[in-house]
Amino acid sequence: MTQEAESWHRARLSIALLALDPVGLGGAVVRMRASPMRDAVLTELQAIPLPLKKMPPNISDEQLYGSIDLSATLSTSQIIVLKGFFYNSTAILLTMAERCPIALAAKLSLELDTTDKHCLIALDEGADPDEGCPPALADRLAFHISPQGRPTAPTPLVPAGTPALDPAGVSLGEDALEDLTQLAVQLGIDSLRAPLLASRAAKAHAALFGRSVAAFEDVEAAAALVLAPRATQLPQDEHDDTPDTPPPPEAEQDGEDNDTDTQQELPDGDMLIAAVKAALPPDILGSLVPAGTSRNAQGAGAGQKRKSNRRGRPLPSQPGRLDGANRIDLVATLRAAAPWQPIRREQRPDVSGLHIRSSDIRIKRFQERSDRLLIFVVDASGSAAVSRLGEAKGAIELLLAQAYATRDHVSLIAFRGTEAEVLLPPNKSLVQTKKRLAALPGGGGTPLASGLLEARAMVDAGRSKGLTPSVILITDGRANVALDGTPNRAQARTDATRCATALTATNVPSLVIDMSNRPQAGLKDLAKTLQGDYIALPRADAHKLSAAVSASLDAR
Amino acid sequence: MKTAFPFSAIVGQTDMKQAMILTAVDPAIGGVLVFGDRGTGKSTAVRALAALLPPITAVKGCPVNSETVDACPDWSENTQSETHERPTPVIDLPLGATEDRVVGALDIERALTRGEKAFEPGLLARANRGYLYIDEVNLLEDHIVDLLLDVAQSGENVVEREGLSIRHPARFVLVGSGNPEEGELRPQLLDRFGLSVEVRSPQDIGERVEVIKRRDAFDTDPAAFLAAYAAEEARIRDAITVAKARLGKVTQDDAVLTDCAALCIALGSDGLRGELTLLRSARALAAYRGDPAITRQHLRDVAPIALSHRLRRDPLDDAGSGTRVARTVDSVLA
Repeated sequence: MTQEAESWHRARLSIALLALDPVGLGGAVVRMRASPMRDAVLTELQAIPLPLKKMPPNISDEQLYGSIDLSATLSTSQIIVLKGFFYNSTAILLTMAERCPIALAAKLSLELDTTDKHCLIALDEGADPDEGCPPALADRLAFHISPQGRPTAPTPLVPAGTPALDPAGVSLGEDALEDLTQLAVQLGIDSLRAPLLASRAAKAHAALFGRSVAAFEDVEAAAALVLAPRATQLPQDEHDDTPDTPPPPEAEQDGEDNDTDTQQELPDGDMLIAAVKAALPPDILGSLVPAGTSRNAQGAGAGQKRKSNRRGRPLPSQPGRLDGANRIDLVATLRAAAPWQPIRREQRPDVSGLHIRSSDIRIKRFQERSDRLLIFVVDASGSAAVSRLGEAKGAIELLLAQAYATRDHVSLIAFRGTEAEVLLPPNKSLVQTKKRLAALPGGGGTPLASGLLEARAMVDAGRSKGLTPSVILITDGRANVALDGTPNRAQARTDATRCATALTATNVPSLVIDMSNRPQAGLKDLAKTLQGDYIALPRADAHKLSAAVSASLDAR
Repeated sequence: MKTAFPFSAIVGQTDMKQAMILTAVDPAIGGVLVFGDRGTGKSTAVRALAALLPPITAVKGCPVNSETVDACPDWSENTQSETHERPTPVIDLPLGATEDRVVGALDIERALTRGEKAFEPGLLARANRGYLYIDEVNLLEDHIVDLLLDVAQSGENVVEREGLSIRHPARFVLVGSGNPEEGELRPQLLDRFGLSVEVRSPQDIGERVEVIKRRDAFDTDPAAFLAAYAAEEARIRDAITVAKARLGKVTQDDAVLTDCAALCIALGSDGLRGELTLLRSARALAAYRGDPAITRQHLRDVAPIALSHRLRRDPLDDAGSGTRVARTVDSVLA
């Protein structure tokens, strides 16, 4: 079988298992763009013995949990209660799962955790690797289906005439559980739900093939279907006998049985790993990121966008229900109702005035942009003053003018002598910033670490006020004062790197401007640590500097 | 509803289990915050806790679970006066719950059909004298957080809206859980939690396998599994009841108070809430263990869970706040 055919086979097998134990397995994430291929998958999903019901990601609480139907109640003057989505046992088809708000994901997780009647199919159309079904949901769903290429002709999964059993009656050996748990650890899967779901999948697989005791093939299939798509690292070879996690001390007391156990299971383990390796997605290496480096590339060109129904820039209004949380768009509502007036008047001649039905109601929507906060961290040390603190000041003034035009917030941190100082807390006052900047004296050592630390504090403070910060560091890079204020070049460098790492951890976009006479290799490294851009300014003037900065910030 | 997984069958996670038992012994400690990765059994533990809590006596039909008829709020129009034993309420507050659902609102059903102005109590009323559980608490919307901050502090829910003017008691133990990778918690809310624990998946294969085995056994045959752990559950429940009764008799000398203060000063925790929580949880632990007085050992055991979330953040210390507390405890109580 080719790889594509293989992936389709796995998708079909997943769905067949889901059909046997829809509730126990939780469901599946189907990661495909809308296409005939996805339709093929959806058709196969009909095999699940629960009614398939679509759920849009912007579903309201009333639709989820049920509520009084206001308009029906008013017109009949009897309480009409709408049954919510969760009332009946369903296979929930969550469309556009990549857009699913975290709140809805939390409600769905709660429902899956506390009741025993739903199965969730999340249709994930995410285009980028970092766009996808909310992890809280994906963790609870057994299968992650994303077949490649065109669908192949379905081949029968089981020999004809095999009676499927009830998965609940299948028994799974304890060693199989151990194998699956161990394999999950080797694949870097931290969540304990994964091996649990895999064990249920193994039972379902055994049931599908008419076995009342799960065999090795069943465990193997479960590992390939459930564990492989969750892998965050490639399994280490069993032969180098040093696991990367140090053996915990508790293991020592019963070390002997453990040893014999692992020796017995080694062949099994190896074969399981082989099964998983075959099922790993082809781009796994590309999508594997070393721990700690994952980082969302958030644009710095403007603040992060947030949907809001209270404030911000207006978006087109939408049909909706008045649930107390949103506001009615009166004009749009009237406009929607207008064409129907003659017909409605004929239907209800006894009612005078406008005829407005609940379907006419339009809801206001706004998009709120959180304000951008530019944090300037300026080196005012003696070495910088010699080169061109003046030019840097000029450039900052130009940037400030731009910031004023775009209503950005600005904050100024200077470091010189033994420590950094916040010259200006975040504000919008251009005049004040200019005054403080002009009064900024030069001279003394370069406590770069202290400056970075202050920047980090400012980033946190800005975020807590709902701003979207960016950091612009202007320095000549000769850090020579350590965090504790002592002049110690080596210590100062280590501290600077540590502080830069701490700043990077806040995921803030940053830019390093090198204002020394000759570009400093150390600063390039610092920019790399900050995961930000680096601009060297050999003999540039203020205008060039300002142009470079705006280009770098807007390019993202 | 699924039956909850038994508390005593949870493998490992001693910190989390201990924190929950302590709040059950003394609800005044002020709740637990559980932070950890997905799939580490945070919600399992909270839901399991419900089965361990001793039942409360409440007036039948009272929306706020009042203990006596006199305490029933007037607006409830409750005519029943008998009391009954009911399990301690553990109420889920889902993310994205509207303000109406949380604090209560005008009863639309009655307003529409009978034209009466009546109050429909919300989640805060139902959680009175019990537990309020917020999963993914760090993602809770700000306006709900503001509501909670006030109510958690005052123990009273005040509703002034839609022509209603109503107040009712809302004393509850706040239990929150969340994944720190997805967002931080506002310091004000963080401070309202008495204890905080960090959980992570067990790193030992044997322990992990045990978790999976137990869960699998539970899923296969819940009744048999519950029966197997019934004795252990009953033991913990009784121990909690005994500890509750003993709580007032636990004594402490001034040296313990000095230790509490010295610890909090060394750690630089703001306000006096740190000292109070430390003392209360140490007392609850002493009561649970059957000791007559609070000793340094009790302080040592509860300091990490009572103080680790009250430190100022130090971005350069990768060790985590738990380690910092442990270090300070070692030096102060040396």
